[in-house]
Amino acid sequence: MGTVAEASDVVLPAEGPEREIARDLARRAAIVSPAFLVLGAVLDGVHGLVSAGLALVLVAGNFLLGAAIIGRAVAVSLNALYGAVLLGYIVRLGLLAVFALAFKGTGWFAAVPFAATLLVTHLGLLAAETKRVSMTLAHPGLAPSARRVADEPSTDPTSTQE
Amino acid sequence: MLNVLAQTAAGEMLEGLKAIGAGLGYGLAAIGPGVGIGTVVGNAISAMARQPESAGMARTTMFLGIAFTEALALIGFVVFILLMP
Repeated sequence: MGTVAEASDVVLPAEGPEREIARDLARRAAIVSPAFLVLGAVLDGVHGLVSAGLALVLVAGNFLLGAAIIGRAVAVSLNALYGAVLLGYIVRLGLLAVFALAFKGTGWFAAVPFAATLLVTHLGLLAAETKRVSMTLAHPGLAPSARRVADEPSTDPTSTQE
Repeated sequence: MLNVLAQTAAGEMLEGLKAIGAGLGYGLAAIGPGVGIGTVVGNAISAMARQPESAGMARTTMFLGIAFTEALALIGFVVFILLMP
C-alpha cells in the first residue's frame, strides 16, 4: 500500500534510457534494412520489397512510439506510466493492424516477406540491443556510446576509467 | 438465417470464417502479452517508487521487457495477416 502512495509522488525526467534504446533500435533497423529488402525482393519481387520495407518501418515506428509514450507518461507520474503503457499497447497493436490492412488493400502486399521481416527484425533487433545494454551495465567501456562516457568524468567507484 | 446461409456460396462462407478466425486469433493472442506487460510495468513501477535513484536501470529493463513481451502479440498479428482473406 505504501508503494502505491509513493508511486504517485515520484516524477522522473522525460528524457530517459528508453528513447536512446528506441533510437538505437531504429538506427540498427536502418542498417539491416538492405538485407531484408533484398530478401523480400527475392521472395516476391517488387511487392516483396515494398512489403519488407513497410514491415521495417512499422517495427522501428513501434519502438519509437512506445518510447515516446513512456517518456511523456513518466514525466507526469508513475501511475500515469502504468495506464499509458497499457493503453499504448492497445493503440500500437491497433495501428499495426490498421496500417497493414490499409496497405493490403492497395494490392502491393506480399504476406510472407512482410510477416518474416516483421518477426525476425523485431526479435533480432531486440536480442542485439539486449546484448548491448547488458554490456553497458557490466562494462561501460564496451558500449557504443563509450566516447561520450569517456569524455565525462566517471562517478562510478568500480569503473576502471580515469 | 438458414436461407441466407444456404444461398451463400461455400467459398464466401469459408472466406468469412477465415476472417472471423483471424480476428479472434489476433484478439486472443493479445491477451497474454497484455497480462505480461502489466506485470512488467507494475514491477518496474514498484522498483522505481522504492528506489528512484535506480530508475534508469528499471526503465531500461522495463522497455526491453515490454518489447520482448510484445513479440508474442506480433506472432498473433502475423497469423492474423496470413489468415486474412
